[in-house]
Amino acid sequence: MNKRSRRKVLIFAIVFGVAVATVLGLTAFEENLLYFYSPTQVKEGEAPLTHSFRVGGLVVDGSVIREPDSLTVRFDITDNTEVMTVAYTGILPDLFREGQGIVAMGKLQENGSFVAQEVLAKHDENYMPPEVADALKAAEQAAKEKSGKI
Amino acid sequence: MIPELGHFALIIAFAITIVQSVVPLIGAAKNNATLMSLARPAALTQLLFVGLAYAALTHAFIVHDFSVLYVSQHSNLVQPLMYRISGVWGSHEGSLLLWSLILSIWTVAVAVYSRNLPEILMARVLSVMAMISTGFLAFMLFTSNPFERIFPMPADGSELNPLLQDPGLIIHPPLLYMGYVGFSVAFAFAVAALLGGKLDATWARWSRPWTTIAWSFLTIGIALGSWWAYNELGWGGWWFWDPVENASFMPWLVGTALIHSLASTEKRGVFKSWTVLLAILAFSLSLLGTFIVRSGVLVSVHAFATDPARGVFILAFLIVVVGGSLALYAWRSETVISSGRFKWFSRESALLLNNIIFLTAAAAVFVGTMYPLVMDAFGLGKISVGRPYFDTMFALVAIPLALLLGVGPSIRWKGDSWSRIARRMSLMFVVSLLLGLLLPFMFEDELNIATGLGLAAALWIAITTLKDLFSRLAQKMRLSLSYAGMVMAHLGVAVFIAGVTVTMTYNIEKDLRMVPGSSYNIAGYDFRFLGTRKVQGENYVADEAIIEVWSDGEKRGELFPQKRVYSGKSSPMTDASIDKTFFRDLYGALGEELENGAWSMRIYYKPLIRWIWLGCILMTIGGVLAVSDRRYRQTVRQKVSRKLETANA
Repeated sequence: MNKRSRRKVLIFAIVFGVAVATVLGLTAFEENLLYFYSPTQVKEGEAPLTHSFRVGGLVVDGSVIREPDSLTVRFDITDNTEVMTVAYTGILPDLFREGQGIVAMGKLQENGSFVAQEVLAKHDENYMPPEVADALKAAEQAAKEKSGKI
Repeated sequence: MIPELGHFALIIAFAITIVQSVVPLIGAAKNNATLMSLARPAALTQLLFVGLAYAALTHAFIVHDFSVLYVSQHSNLVQPLMYRISGVWGSHEGSLLLWSLILSIWTVAVAVYSRNLPEILMARVLSVMAMISTGFLAFMLFTSNPFERIFPMPADGSELNPLLQDPGLIIHPPLLYMGYVGFSVAFAFAVAALLGGKLDATWARWSRPWTTIAWSFLTIGIALGSWWAYNELGWGGWWFWDPVENASFMPWLVGTALIHSLASTEKRGVFKSWTVLLAILAFSLSLLGTFIVRSGVLVSVHAFATDPARGVFILAFLIVVVGGSLALYAWRSETVISSGRFKWFSRESALLLNNIIFLTAAAAVFVGTMYPLVMDAFGLGKISVGRPYFDTMFALVAIPLALLLGVGPSIRWKGDSWSRIARRMSLMFVVSLLLGLLLPFMFEDELNIATGLGLAAALWIAITTLKDLFSRLAQKMRLSLSYAGMVMAHLGVAVFIAGVTVTMTYNIEKDLRMVPGSSYNIAGYDFRFLGTRKVQGENYVADEAIIEVWSDGEKRGELFPQKRVYSGKSSPMTDASIDKTFFRDLYGALGEELENGAWSMRIYYKPLIRWIWLGCILMTIGGVLAVSDRRYRQTVRQKVSRKLETANA
């Protein structure tokens, strides 16, 4: 191989490498985008069955049920309009409490229940996850509009 | 009274920085030595007054002056002294003050340690640094005054988040800021060079040690944050790709590219304008990092809407700094001509490729971190980017980087031949690949290509680096400290990659339900849960579990994880207990009490996790060694004296 063609091969290799990396990167990005849905949106069927996503809301008082002899917990979350049930197997974060705003990441099952892989409550007791705060506000707004119409 | 004095000191410092930004610059333009000579004393006085303001705020924390709003929000009567002192930088206003103080310290350091710099360059550098300082002081004075009073004065303040009460977290922010702010020196040198239109190899030699030391601070600061998260958060992870972490990681990636690019510019006079661009980029990302972490954008982009003054100021400041320096770059970079020539296959090309790889990584992190913020800001939905994206991107980047790191230091400057390198390296390549692929069989019976490649990469870097070192020793070459630093840092990368690969593949994490007297076996270690007891701490009560770890009929260690309830707090806090050795960590954390004395519990086995931080420590030591190289000081002096001679002649 002479110098010129060697240089061509090098340039081709770099362009090819960058192209492959871009494609792989974009694919990874697409696949790992997690959308957020409120319980109302989930009830209205906006959330996908095929992908993982995040839901958030306030943990409903008295809804936390622990299965005996296992680490599975079921609890309801609400945006004050709709309620949905979340199942989680594992250790809940320290700040998980009834009435507290939480975010769960997981998948929606055919039967409408949500199985979480991860439950997050932030490090601050007074802190409401921003998604949850917005979801609550949106639900409140919708309720107001509805009652206004009637 | 003292808080008012602090506030007043800030105002004076602000006035001084304005003078320091303008006067020396005019002096440089008019070649007026008197005006230029103002820069140094101005820098010193500025440090004095920012230091006074900082001392005033610290004093308010120490004496519990709750009439200061910031103190009442972040301290209380039972807070230990150590955490009152560190409480100063616990939140937005105080951390800005710390930022300004560190910037003043760096400015004075430049003024003191770069006495050999030509007066005109020094004037420009100090003036640019003062401009940044002006921005920060204005931000504090107009939107985030740490000395704001509250009336009526509360009897007691609110408590600092117990999570933050950890010695590791006391020094983490200052170290991180030393790194962030340290890049302002490289930035100031770059802008000063653009202003003067004179960018030669000596420029790179002057800004190089500053950049490397800032990078070292940033490296150890990030590592310390990771170490704290691992120890305190109770999840056993060492990196979460959290926006806060990413904010510090982006400047690190670009800073790493910068120190390599500076090497090319210093040694061979190439890539000058590219190096200048990287210096601008590294500092811009530091600014971005500071703001996204401290301004509350992460909590909610709508924080801007609730406090428009801060948001607008931050945006304006970023636009002025980033836009201004880029505009200057576009205008002046033509005057910067790279002199050195090099062939395609050369050290210069290898370093350029290093830069491409690091910038790709930084871009990947940038997209993953900023995209959700931008989407949210425009009301396009709430999304987050999952960890697998970042993990995939970094696995992709790590392969070419590791390959390059093995070869790069052996390639000659200007140009080298493929066959020479191939002859030298092919055996090492085959050996590390084979060994890497074989090593996983120690842990499992199947071929594990991903893990094998990770270990091969670590071995390849370590073997090639050491081979180069030994062949130089064999030839009785004199080894400079900066070469030793490079070897150390590159070995750190190898150790880091080995740690990450093994931890990620072979760690075992179990969430369990355990009753007292039961045991559970992971990775050959038998975790025996004996029971719990109540423990009284300084300002908390805790349930403490007693777990013995046995293997091969011998007791290997004991774990005492706690669930603490701090006074005045309703939520419990997890305090993990870790049995640490060089090759593995055993990690126990308490979940919550279930029925009949049973507890939910986390039991982890983390092989080689310590190597991750060890790698970072080696990289930091490498940086410090490189800076200690005598040639930076000596050659500068020689160059200058030579120049003076020619001037006098």
